[in-house]
Amino acid sequence: MITKEKCIMHATNIRMNIVKMVSAASSGHPGGSLSAADILTWLYFNEMDIDKDNAGGIDRDRFVLSKGHASPLLYAVLAEKGIIEEKELSTFRKIDSKLQGHPNMNYVKGVDMSTGSLGQGLSTAVGMALANKLDENNHRIYCLIGDGESEEGQIWEATMAAAHYKLDNLCAIVDFNGLQIDGNITDVMNPTPFDKKFEAFNWNVITIDGHDFDQIEQAFAQAKQCKGKPTVIIAHTIKGKGVSYMENNAAWHGSAPNEQQCEQALKELKGE
Amino acid sequence: MGKIATREAYGNALAKLIVENENIVVLDADLTKSTKTNEAKKVCPQRHFNMGIAEGNMMSVAAGLAASNKIVYASSFAMFATGRAFEQVRNSICYPHLNVKICGTHAGITVGEDGASHQSVEDIAIMRAIPNMKVIVPCDGKETEEVIRAIAEIDGPCYVRLGRSAVEDVHHENYHFKLGKGEVLHEGSKVALIATGMMVQECLKAVEILNKEGIDPTVINMPSIKPIDEELIERVAKSHDVIITCEEHNMIGGLGSAVAEVVVKKCPVKMDMVAMKDTFGESGKPNELLHKYGLDSEAIVKKVRKNI
Ligand SMILES: Cc1ncc(C[n+]2csc(CCOP(=O)(O)OP(=O)(O)O)c2C)c(N)n1
Ligand SMILES: [Mg+2]
Repeated sequence: MITKEKCIMHATNIRMNIVKMVSAASSGHPGGSLSAADILTWLYFNEMDIDKDNAGGIDRDRFVLSKGHASPLLYAVLAEKGIIEEKELSTFRKIDSKLQGHPNMNYVKGVDMSTGSLGQGLSTAVGMALANKLDENNHRIYCLIGDGESEEGQIWEATMAAAHYKLDNLCAIVDFNGLQIDGNITDVMNPTPFDKKFEAFNWNVITIDGHDFDQIEQAFAQAKQCKGKPTVIIAHTIKGKGVSYMENNAAWHGSAPNEQQCEQALKELKGE
Repeated sequence: MGKIATREAYGNALAKLIVENENIVVLDADLTKSTKTNEAKKVCPQRHFNMGIAEGNMMSVAAGLAASNKIVYASSFAMFATGRAFEQVRNSICYPHLNVKICGTHAGITVGEDGASHQSVEDIAIMRAIPNMKVIVPCDGKETEEVIRAIAEIDGPCYVRLGRSAVEDVHHENYHFKLGKGEVLHEGSKVALIATGMMVQECLKAVEILNKEGIDPTVINMPSIKPIDEELIERVAKSHDVIITCEEHNMIGGLGSAVAEVVVKKCPVKMDMVAMKDTFGESGKPNELLHKYGLDSEAIVKKVRKNI
């Protein structure tokens, strides 16, 4: 267990690497990477039993990034954990790189599923959780889905299946940042309320502020204790969190900061 | 007109058409700025519906609108419009022969940095395989505008494949697209290049290089992949030693297969293909990817030399 102060430090490094990667590639998705940085930091440093040595196998907890466009976040987290080399991050989205625009599980140790087409990741997590039940192991499966992503019907098919098979080894997290590409989720195609939907599907539902490490800690602890049903953590977050000009701005979903914007972002993140 | 992406020409054409024809309804799936249907939304917001990130639902909704006498233009990335929603397209739209025009943008590997998950290299094959479906791949801005207008007048389902990156102008202002017709861009001899979409510009570049070596291939633009111009293919097969098809698509099931189906039936002749070699793409700049996967003018030049 690392302290919350350490978590904040790691999350800041991760956010800086996200901005640098996307800027260097002149392409990628900063907004939804920054919004989930705190949750993933906690997950990888204090919940999941993943490290450099076991990352290549499946004899451990696993994580599915269903919103695969947040790949910069996943790569930055893996670098922060020492599972991939930090210097590799500069190859992101470039030709011949292992760090594909959307994650490829065959190229990177620690990437547990290839994703990028929205709506499929939670189903793959259901498959992994079912396999863990068959194998009678205690490994947990975590899955991050976007709030816009949950407009895909398949998300709710997976939700139904997970409850039906009582997958209490599965924990989904909704990155509830309120934005998708074309604007506010409630304007484009309203998928809310999340809590009532998941409750109706017979899930254990926990709602938190996704940038508050105390609440994140409690949520994951509660998730682990819940038996007989899967847990969803509905995390209220800010898209672009930490970079003032990106915060709550749909335009930064999939655009890259230029050099100058990148410098400003890094300064802000460092607290200068 | 200058160099523009076919998706951009689509957006502009649709914005004109939606005003002229009040039966037209446009659907999109949270990609209106990328597919460019936002242009139609600007001028006619009441007949543009954002269906959210739910492509399967969108296609069946399109079917319902079409069953109520609307002409529906439904857009997403080619990958999701044809892939995610395949069976809705097949059973809700094509089986009842409904008037839905599926306009998939960001097709092929020139999507670039998003990588393989977003690079459809099988959409021509799967759309072509559905009965009742027509498949069209315009090669430049002018042809796109023509196609988008023409399909409003064609009864039944159509798939139009569009690209993300800007392409060279091949056509003049007075060009007219006709379903089922190919177009001879250059009459040469011995080798015939039959290309579709952005590969047409690569063929024209390749011919410039080959002409300097005294090789003068015929170049044919084949926008209409289904129905395909059987007459033209037969004529070319009879008058050339080899046909080489060029497409930004897998070598299985696309333009090459469509041409081969005619050739084996009407006049067997040697064929070769410039296409994705049954592999997924990856992240990278469009030009780098075209080079790496053997789809640029250089690859066409090599393929012609090899076959001569
Ligand atoms: C099936 C599918 N449809 C469309 C897309 C294109 N796309 C990528 S991200 C995105 C918006 C996602 O919004 P959300 O899930 O809220 O992500 P976040 O805000 O967390 O970045 C869309 C439509 C896709 N990747 N997959
Ligand atoms: Mg969102």
